[in-house]
Amino acid sequence: MKYILMMHIQKAGYGTFGAWSDKDIAANFAFVKGLNKALSESGEFVAADGLTLPDQARVVRAGKDGVPVTDGVFPESKEFLAGYLMVDVETTERAYEIAAIWSAGPGPGGLPLNMPIEVRQAMSVGASELP
Amino acid sequence: MKEILPNAFDERLLRELAPQVLGAVVRRYRDFAAAEDAVQEAMLAAFAQWPQQGVPENPRGWLIQVASRRMTDLVRSEIARRERETSVVRDAETMVLADEIEPDIEMDPNDTLILLFMCCHPALTSSSTIALTLRAVGGLTTAEIANAFLVPEATMAQRISRAKQSIKASGVPFSLLPPEDRAERLPAVLHVLYLIFNEGYASSIGAHLQRLDLAREAIRLTRCATNLLPDDAEVAGLLALMLLTDARRAARTGSDEELIPLDKQDRSLWDRAEISEGTEFLTAALSKGSVGLYQLQAAIAAVHDEAARAEDTDWPQILALYELLKGVSPSPMVTLNHAIATAMVHGPSKGLELLKPLDSDHRLAEHHRLSSVRAHLLELLGDHESAVRHYRIAASRTTSIPEQNYLMTQTARLETSLNCPEEKTITP
Repeated sequence: MKYILMMHIQKAGYGTFGAWSDKDIAANFAFVKGLNKALSESGEFVAADGLTLPDQARVVRAGKDGVPVTDGVFPESKEFLAGYLMVDVETTERAYEIAAIWSAGPGPGGLPLNMPIEVRQAMSVGASELP
Repeated sequence: MKEILPNAFDERLLRELAPQVLGAVVRRYRDFAAAEDAVQEAMLAAFAQWPQQGVPENPRGWLIQVASRRMTDLVRSEIARRERETSVVRDAETMVLADEIEPDIEMDPNDTLILLFMCCHPALTSSSTIALTLRAVGGLTTAEIANAFLVPEATMAQRISRAKQSIKASGVPFSLLPPEDRAERLPAVLHVLYLIFNEGYASSIGAHLQRLDLAREAIRLTRCATNLLPDDAEVAGLLALMLLTDARRAARTGSDEELIPLDKQDRSLWDRAEISEGTEFLTAALSKGSVGLYQLQAAIAAVHDEAARAEDTDWPQILALYELLKGVSPSPMVTLNHAIATAMVHGPSKGLELLKPLDSDHRLAEHHRLSSVRAHLLELLGDHESAVRHYRIAASRTTSIPEQNYLMTQTARLETSLNCPEEKTITP
């Protein structure tokens, strides 16, 4: 079963990221790299990406003739998707376990961030025969 | 000094040879995990060379030779071991001269069977056992398996390698199990083949044209198992079940890939040849006298396949078969299907009664299937309002997109009929 694990971050949180020490940032990157490697080795990794900062985000709608019309992000949004991880696991519990590991990634001073991770199962394209 | 004879390349031949070659290499080097990697490389080399250069005169010997060379390399170099998943075998390394091939390499007809039992080891998770079986017994490449399960190749390679580590740790020798142990382990083997089939059957929906046909692969492997275990009724029963189910494939989905339930399928699209072959296997299996789970499910599929129109379905016979199945292999899913058969024979209220105990079964209480069956039976009863409610619950609980589309369509259809009183009066 495939699950997407989404790390949401407070908009305010992005501002503070720059205030981390080089050492803390390096430790966090190493942690994420290590997690992805461990998931690949356990045969559970599907995909992962970190996303660009929210000030680069654009909301797109189709305008006349389907031409994209872009808009800046809504200033009232408090939360943004910072990154996602997709895993293929045997049980829901295992997806939660991975989410908890990711959540506890190191922040300033090496302390666990305990970020909220939203866990959602991906729909399958398959179907069993209907009665 | 001729290297090859340009025979036409046949992928099936290569796949059939894979477990035989692996058996010979394991026998020679006594290291299943490494031998399996080496054979995979030999397979990749064959895939790269045979289509252009033709199939060697002795394809089995050629593969064994290439795999053996690789084994020697592996023993020599740890670096080679690490690169084995990605490195492309150079042509020069796979030049096999006809006189180099040993004519009488130790070959045991039981090798494929030994490998099948080895890969379907009960200590492994189902995802890893499926992957390993497809590679070691099915002769598929890691890339093909990864693509079939929509995961990266590196992830699939790790899954296979971990599966082999577990087998190694469990210390299974490469030999045929004694008959008693084999009988005990057979259900696990059949279950793996059944899972591969189901995975393929389910994924035949959707625009995945590039994906490997796992249902066909499962049929091929099960057919191979029936040849190796000709006296086993359940192996034949499983093959019959696969054929009788796969026969309906073309009718299962409409032009927009929407699901079409059994009673609405265009039966002229059913594969008659597959149905008759399935029926033959089923008849032969039933005559062996030990009726099991797969034979019963195959028998149910056969009753459906026999009906020229949905209304001709022999539901009393299906009900009787589900009663037997409840005895042989009770499960909440069987209870659910038994309730449908009961409804078709004794009316929807009898069926609905049988669903009640499932509400307290933790395995099914929250399952979309319970809600969708209840909705279906409520609709048959004429209680469209409740049916809509349960179709909606089912649609919110399924994890499959085609099923969700189907269930939402049912909801919309019934809601329309609720809002149009004239239509309502003509529904039973």
